[in-house]
Amino acid sequence: MSAIESRTAMSAPMQSTSRLGNRLKQVALHTAVFLLCLVWFTPVLSLFVTTFRSESDSSRTGWWYAFIEWRPVLSNYVEAIYLTGVGRSVVNSIVLTVPTVLGTVLFSAIGAFALARMRFRGRIALFLAMVGFQVLPPQLVLVPMLKFFLALGLTGTFIPVWIIEMGLTVPFGIFLLYGFFASIPSDLVEAARIDGASEPRIFFQIILPLSGAVLASLAILQFMIAWNHLLIPLIFLGSGSLSPLTVQVASLAQTNAGGLNTLTAATFISVIVPLVLIVTLQKYFVRGVLGGAVKG
Amino acid sequence: MSSQILQLVLGLLAMPAVVLAIILPGELAIRRFPQKRQSSLRPWIWLSPVLALVGLVIAYPLAASIVFSFRDAMASKWVGFSNFVWAFGSAMRPVLVNNVLWIVVFPLLTAVLALSAAIMLDRVKYERIARTFLILPTAMSFVAGAVIWKMMYTYEPPMQPQTGTLNAIWTAVTGRMPIAWLIDRNVNNYALIFVAVWMSIGVATLILSAGVKNIPRELVEAARIDGAGEWSIFRFVTLPSLWPTILVVLTTQAIFSLKVFDIVYVMTNGSFGTDVIANRMYTELFVKQNLGTASAIAVLLLILASPVIFMNIKQIKSGGGE
Repeated sequence: MSAIESRTAMSAPMQSTSRLGNRLKQVALHTAVFLLCLVWFTPVLSLFVTTFRSESDSSRTGWWYAFIEWRPVLSNYVEAIYLTGVGRSVVNSIVLTVPTVLGTVLFSAIGAFALARMRFRGRIALFLAMVGFQVLPPQLVLVPMLKFFLALGLTGTFIPVWIIEMGLTVPFGIFLLYGFFASIPSDLVEAARIDGASEPRIFFQIILPLSGAVLASLAILQFMIAWNHLLIPLIFLGSGSLSPLTVQVASLAQTNAGGLNTLTAATFISVIVPLVLIVTLQKYFVRGVLGGAVKG
Repeated sequence: MSSQILQLVLGLLAMPAVVLAIILPGELAIRRFPQKRQSSLRPWIWLSPVLALVGLVIAYPLAASIVFSFRDAMASKWVGFSNFVWAFGSAMRPVLVNNVLWIVVFPLLTAVLALSAAIMLDRVKYERIARTFLILPTAMSFVAGAVIWKMMYTYEPPMQPQTGTLNAIWTAVTGRMPIAWLIDRNVNNYALIFVAVWMSIGVATLILSAGVKNIPRELVEAARIDGAGEWSIFRFVTLPSLWPTILVVLTTQAIFSLKVFDIVYVMTNGSFGTDVIANRMYTELFVKQNLGTASAIAVLLLILASPVIFMNIKQIKSGGGE
């Protein structure tokens, strides 16, 4: 309202009041954004600060007292890594996540290549099935997959978790890559074909090198998903020596073993990798989220 | 530890090996056919790893869950609809009621907050930095979020110093008794829902921000010249143009609230009247070891999610997906 007034108003006094109104609005806007960021960041900060406080400090005062009487200790991290098995869980999380990410990107890429660049009957039906599968509740796979992998004797290895995490994300991955692969100009592919290039050659030497950014988007999204999942590893790896960080932290939180401050250190160790990734590779994360959501 | 490293190396080698072991021999095999036959066979060779994977992890469990839901606890004999009768019976009713609360409150609260954030961030120069603050919780696991908020909600008896952030603020500002956020049945479900909101705003804001930036400037300018105030611009320009995007956010979050597990599992494990479908399914499966009721719950989730599944398919079919 004041925007149009300030542009069209004739008299000087009116202009100054609307300018004041504008000013107030700007102040309100910046205050609101600041408060939102503050509320959203405070819980993260409280976790980080608590990891450096001693158990006795934490039982007496809130974490914000650390800013008044700063007595940092490192014992929480030492305890988390050596006594509660979090060090081992870091390795398990890597073993769980890295092959999952690689497999998801590869399987999605060949699937999307076939769906986007080849013409055949059932193509559209398959693509729509992938759209539908994205929304399926993962709980649906638990009972049948547990029976299946028990029968094969593969529970207690990472193989079931890799396969299930890949299967749950590949429909989304195909959907995400499909749009990009379909938009690669046909001239480029046709020229290579005339030169006698085979389909694998076209895929590996033309399509994949052009798709670095979108493949990175899929990789970072699947990294976050697999690294952060609780339910699937909880069921297929259990809370023993194979448990990844999410399972380990959840069991620490439920049993209260090791105390609150050790738990916060364990939790912070579990979030540091994804936090660093999302800040440094934010561009790819954003592209992946948008490519997967705003379509249609 | 060495077994883990071995599995890591194995996994890293196996993934490309499986893909190459299917595509390269497949391409060689179809080379002897005429061109036309080659191009009709080729898609199925390239799709076979995906079809095998999705068939195993999604299609087969889908069918098997439906079968198991009509069988007994050991999946050994047919029991008709009794698992579903149980699922809608008095034992499950409070759980279903909680999920209804999640499905209504969580998407709405997330959408309203994310929309406000998207509109506000669009008007400030430091949008990227502010956005990073909102995305940070998204990068963390729900387990970590649950641990953090268990601390935020910490309750100490009245007159004790409050070490939880929320109760410290609450008692200082209002001078009233501290609240047991996770135990008090008037607030505990909302307290859990807010954790999910805190973790989901980032992605929802990203999606809505892209929508806000896609609204043609001329449309807003024209409304302004016609004398429309901020509120009418929001009501008659922003909201209608963003509606499809808002719908994407709402449906995604509704599906999320159906399957919410981690937050409840870590923070209350379903006690004090906070249980939800997915956590109940975990209990049925691992504590009670009942495959029948666990599968019935899974099928129930599928039925509840199916409107969104069909809506998405319809939207892609009619829209620019092809």
